[in-house]
Amino acid sequence: MKEIEELLFPDDVHYAETHEWARDEEETVVVGIGDYAQDQLGDIVFVELPEIGDTFEKGDQFGTLESVKAVSEIYMPVAGKITAINEALSEEPELVNLEPYNRGWMIEIEPDDPDEIHTLMSGTEYMEMLKGAE
Amino acid sequence: MRYLPHTEEDIASMLRSVGAEHMDDLFSVIPPDCRMGKALDLPDALTEWELNTLVEALAETMAVSPKYKIFMGAGSYDHYIPESVSYLLGRSEFSTAYTPYQPEISQGTLQAVYEYQTLTSRLLGMEVANASMYDGASALAEALLMAIRITKRKRVALSRLVHPHYRAVVETYLRPGGYEIVELPCLEDGRTDILGLPGMDDLAAVAIQSPNFFGCIEDLTEASKSIREAGAFFVTSFTEPLAYGLFKNPGCQGADIVCGEGQSLGIPRSFGGPGLGMFACRIKHVRSMPGRLVGKTNDREGRPGFVLTLATREQHIRREKANSNICTNSSLCALASAMYMASLGGTGIRELACLNYDKAEYLKRGLREAGCTVTFDSPTFNEFVVTFPKKLKYTYKKLLKQHIVAGVPLSTWYPELVDHTLLCVTETMGREDMDALIREMEL
Amino acid sequence: MRDSQGTSGLILNEPLLWKKGSKGRSGFSMPRRDVVPSPVAEGITGDGPDFPDLSELDVVRHYTRLSQWNFGLDTGMYPLGSCTMKYNPKINEKQATLPGLTGAHPLLPAELSQGALKLMYRLERYLAEITGMDAVTLQPAAGAHGELTGMLIVHAYHKNAGSRRSKIIVPDTAHGTNPASAALCGFSSVPVQSDEKGIISPEVVAGVMDEDTAGIMITNPNTLGLFEENIREIARIVHAKGGLVYGDGANMNAVMGIMQMGKIGFDVMHLNLHKTFSTPHGGGGPGGGPVCVKDFLAPFLPVPRVVYGEGTYHLSENFSQSIGRLHAFHGNFGVMIKAFCYIMSMGGEGLKQASRLAVLNANYIKESLKESLHLPYDRACMHECVFSDKLQETQKVTTLDMAKRLIDYGFHPPTIYFPLVVHGAMMIEPTETESKEDIDRFIEALRAIVAEARENPELLKSAPCRPKVRRLDETAAARKPCLAG
Repeated sequence: MKEIEELLFPDDVHYAETHEWARDEEETVVVGIGDYAQDQLGDIVFVELPEIGDTFEKGDQFGTLESVKAVSEIYMPVAGKITAINEALSEEPELVNLEPYNRGWMIEIEPDDPDEIHTLMSGTEYMEMLKGAE
Repeated sequence: MRYLPHTEEDIASMLRSVGAEHMDDLFSVIPPDCRMGKALDLPDALTEWELNTLVEALAETMAVSPKYKIFMGAGSYDHYIPESVSYLLGRSEFSTAYTPYQPEISQGTLQAVYEYQTLTSRLLGMEVANASMYDGASALAEALLMAIRITKRKRVALSRLVHPHYRAVVETYLRPGGYEIVELPCLEDGRTDILGLPGMDDLAAVAIQSPNFFGCIEDLTEASKSIREAGAFFVTSFTEPLAYGLFKNPGCQGADIVCGEGQSLGIPRSFGGPGLGMFACRIKHVRSMPGRLVGKTNDREGRPGFVLTLATREQHIRREKANSNICTNSSLCALASAMYMASLGGTGIRELACLNYDKAEYLKRGLREAGCTVTFDSPTFNEFVVTFPKKLKYTYKKLLKQHIVAGVPLSTWYPELVDHTLLCVTETMGREDMDALIREMEL
Repeated sequence: MRDSQGTSGLILNEPLLWKKGSKGRSGFSMPRRDVVPSPVAEGITGDGPDFPDLSELDVVRHYTRLSQWNFGLDTGMYPLGSCTMKYNPKINEKQATLPGLTGAHPLLPAELSQGALKLMYRLERYLAEITGMDAVTLQPAAGAHGELTGMLIVHAYHKNAGSRRSKIIVPDTAHGTNPASAALCGFSSVPVQSDEKGIISPEVVAGVMDEDTAGIMITNPNTLGLFEENIREIARIVHAKGGLVYGDGANMNAVMGIMQMGKIGFDVMHLNLHKTFSTPHGGGGPGGGPVCVKDFLAPFLPVPRVVYGEGTYHLSENFSQSIGRLHAFHGNFGVMIKAFCYIMSMGGEGLKQASRLAVLNANYIKESLKESLHLPYDRACMHECVFSDKLQETQKVTTLDMAKRLIDYGFHPPTIYFPLVVHGAMMIEPTETESKEDIDRFIEALRAIVAEARENPELLKSAPCRPKVRRLDETAAARKPCLAG
């Protein structure tokens, strides 16, 4: 596992305490898990995602990530309806490890409240949180 | 005691190392009110030679072949087991190993189980089989729970011609979860009345056994159509897998989950256990499957090898959210069945299945000619239901005096079938044994 | 590694079964055909399975070669924590293959199966005596099956008393089977944490125990190898709120003839015949998971039950409050024979001595290795002890690396990464059947490995180097599952 300083936390996304990131794309919000979470989990072997059209509240579990010997739950950073899922992850779950902020994205949401994303942390705030937890 | 290697000197020196004076000091954390406080009231220890005498005496009271001619099947079948299978199974590298958690030194078990999974898939016509369940009954219960998990429905339908003990186990497993079980009735011809089921729309699964408890071959293809349409899982069960050496397998007839008892395949009856729960499904449902799975992979140097895989489905990782609570399974019995299937081969299993069928047909004909009634006219494999010319109780007792056990009386489970008995013959039953039974009918 | 037991010998490669053989070969002596062929109804025959055709020698060599890639208990020390890998006596195997027992049909009338029924009846009585409980069922086929049976009994007991309870308390040190078994009965698990001594404190139980809680599942000795000292107080708290105490007897090997499970407050518990009572594990099964209960729970035991009256034994289903049936027949009878033989060979004093020596061996290992490995709970242990890789962190060497290196030294590794409450846990259970010399060799090996971790950590990270295969790619296996050939 890497040191926190070695991990990447780009500023174009917002972070949840449960280690998901959310990117504001005007009409929609795209969600994945951050570099810290993928590093902690190790090699991802399976990603379970919701169905398009499902709706969730903020903080609801929307899927699971599996490594060889662990299962982790992933939570909604904002409330909304699922408008797309990353189909590529069923064939290549390793994208979550390789490109967590790009090709490793998981779901696209139509948010109930477009402003809710701003309640999440910035990259710097998130890194401070991680350091505080060390 | 020969299993305890410690000499008095060993004990003294080890006690010194741990800073204790007596062995009982090691238990000082146990409060007096939790102590046994007396010597265990058990028989005195026996020598190896005394043990031989004791167990032999118990074994001698049992009615077994060749002294007895036992025409009993009903989920437990008498088949010849090659000595090579028993011999190989006795290799302690297999029998004294634990679950293969350390793959580098468990490749023997792992490859053998991978081969078992493959042979089982081929026998049942399915895509993936797990490393085994306890027995056919718990395999069926787990299959229904799997269908309930996937469909998120709470009702299952079970044919009345599924082994009555299996149905009882299903009830035990499903009842506390609040799931409802409905029963599919039986037709005149000894097969399941699949159309007798109104409102299949909310069913998680429909389970049918073939050959069924009366020995009859079910029309699974026909059943699968209506079950599919209703969006339910088609679960098929079996107690006599040897039948698939001759008859169509459940997979090619549209089953979603196939499960049953593998005792027939090289495992002695042993008064009912251990058996082998065989469990197979379609690959798309593998992540919802209970039980262990062995998969193929490579080592660091690119050599092929095998590991336990998809373990995140299991209790040691997912705990209360696991697909099943199963941990210990029937691994060694799975090996026995793989060795047996390998010994028979494709050619052998066909021939042996035909022989079982032909012997049962021979007995059927002979009994009919001797005045017995074969209750159902559907095709059967190696067992079938009959009534004797006289009352069952009378004939059964009379035959017992000749050391013939005349099958399994059915009225315990099917009160309407008074005087009906389920007879089974396998390759171990000689023509003269069957003739003896037939002759008794005529007397 | 000069004195290591591990060495390299000649083993042979062996292809998959279906890469061998030739159509038309046979490894089976086909019984004589003494009847004529009969016609088969149209449309119901299939093609038969696509199995390879092999000769008897093909089959024998195949499995002999495979067996040589395995490490079994007869090969060497197998200190797998919580699994009780003790010697499996050979005489017991022989008894289980007596034709009168292996050939017996499970539905034989009682008068034709007195020997088997008597053996079961006596084994039930012996297990009741050893645990101090009142009634026993031998039907469950494994430990987790026993847990399910026990939970069903708990469920039935509450239902019978007119209460519906939805929760069950499960300590964080429990085996995963505990919460999974409880879930099958519709109970949701309420986790409780062990304290700084590694045991459960009465206060935390009192904090969560309420009238919606069916009871507690507790392993004693627990999976840290520690005696749950507060067990009686915990049981009192649970009982006061109408709950039941379930005992996971996986660790019974520590306390035979020493602790009385009936007295410590257990209402229902399971045993593992394949652990405490010496029956072999078979590479993962079959096992046996008898369930023992106090008198007041006996009416709920599964059917059929073996009963004795007027000089004969028979099976009875006549128990109206029973939870029902859990096995197609009566359980794993073949396993019961071996456990029965073990008890008969050991006697009461022998079993007690076995427990004493199991505990002595574990404490000896704990004391001998606590300078080399981090010992999170430095207290007297029962039959197993738990270390961690904390002291090796600076060398970036993990428990997994040390476990794999033990293989090169000729030992089966301990249980690793369990219990979950110890980060990098290494759980060692030597059992009583290992001699002092073998245990000393094991201790020496682990000390040597700890030294290697300091001096040449690469050796550990690339271990094992002696077996047929090196570390396997489990990630690839799970990403693209290949489960049949």
